[in-house]
Amino acid sequence: MTFLFYLFAALALFGGMGVVVCRNPVSAALSMILSFLGMASLFIQLDAYLVGTLQVLVYAGAIMVLFLFIIMLLDVPVEEKRRYPLVRFAGAGAVVTAFLVLTTLVLSRGGTAGRTLPTLAAAESGASDVHHIGELLFGTYWLPVQIVGVLLLAATVGVVVLSKKELK
Amino acid sequence: MELTLNHFLFVSGALFAIGLAGVLVRRNLLILFMCLELMLAAANLTLVAFSRFHLVEGRPAYDAHVLLFFIITVAAAEVAVGLAIIVALFRTKQTTDVTKVNTMKY
Repeated sequence: MTFLFYLFAALALFGGMGVVVCRNPVSAALSMILSFLGMASLFIQLDAYLVGTLQVLVYAGAIMVLFLFIIMLLDVPVEEKRRYPLVRFAGAGAVVTAFLVLTTLVLSRGGTAGRTLPTLAAAESGASDVHHIGELLFGTYWLPVQIVGVLLLAATVGVVVLSKKELK
Repeated sequence: MELTLNHFLFVSGALFAIGLAGVLVRRNLLILFMCLELMLAAANLTLVAFSRFHLVEGRPAYDAHVLLFFIITVAAAEVAVGLAIIVALFRTKQTTDVTKVNTMKY
């Protein structure tokens, strides 16, 4: 269990590094897929089967395919070497280090430090997490589901308008 | 060593920091957008970790999963619109380099 956690966490972090480091956009997109797969494995390790599957299907599948499609369509060139690397890298390094130090401080001070994985109650027959999430989605949260449907429609129409030849 | 909440929170924080570094360092608009997605996904990991470690009647707090479902849907819509904007931008400027996109209209 712990070994698998470290394996998948390393996969996710390694993929994330790849996105930042790779100068070729296609390699960056492929590292991103690796990172999303590692994250989906972490979700499944946290017993979030539906969300893990959605992560693979929507993020690693649909969204990244869209990215790759656009990268190849636009024929984005490999990023050339930068002229003023040091200032930007130093700034980014400072911001990121500060963020990591703060995260570590908060995590070591707060009440989350000793929380180990609690055991789940024995599942009743036929009640998976999909079952519970479905009940919540179409029971308590029926209105947000409708709103998200409208949002997707609006996004589709917006994309069609944006992709027209002449923007007015 | 047993897994604690901190393990997951730290991985999520590190992923967020990597995404942040990407947004600050890279110049290609498409890769900036990917790094934004990475930061969003890192926040998702925090949400799932908290829901798994906060049991309600012996089950994870499934409301977090519902929220995640909505976040993923909205992210998909956002990516579609964002990429359409990048394509429109590329059509007028012939570049996706953010340092060369410094005027709004021309």
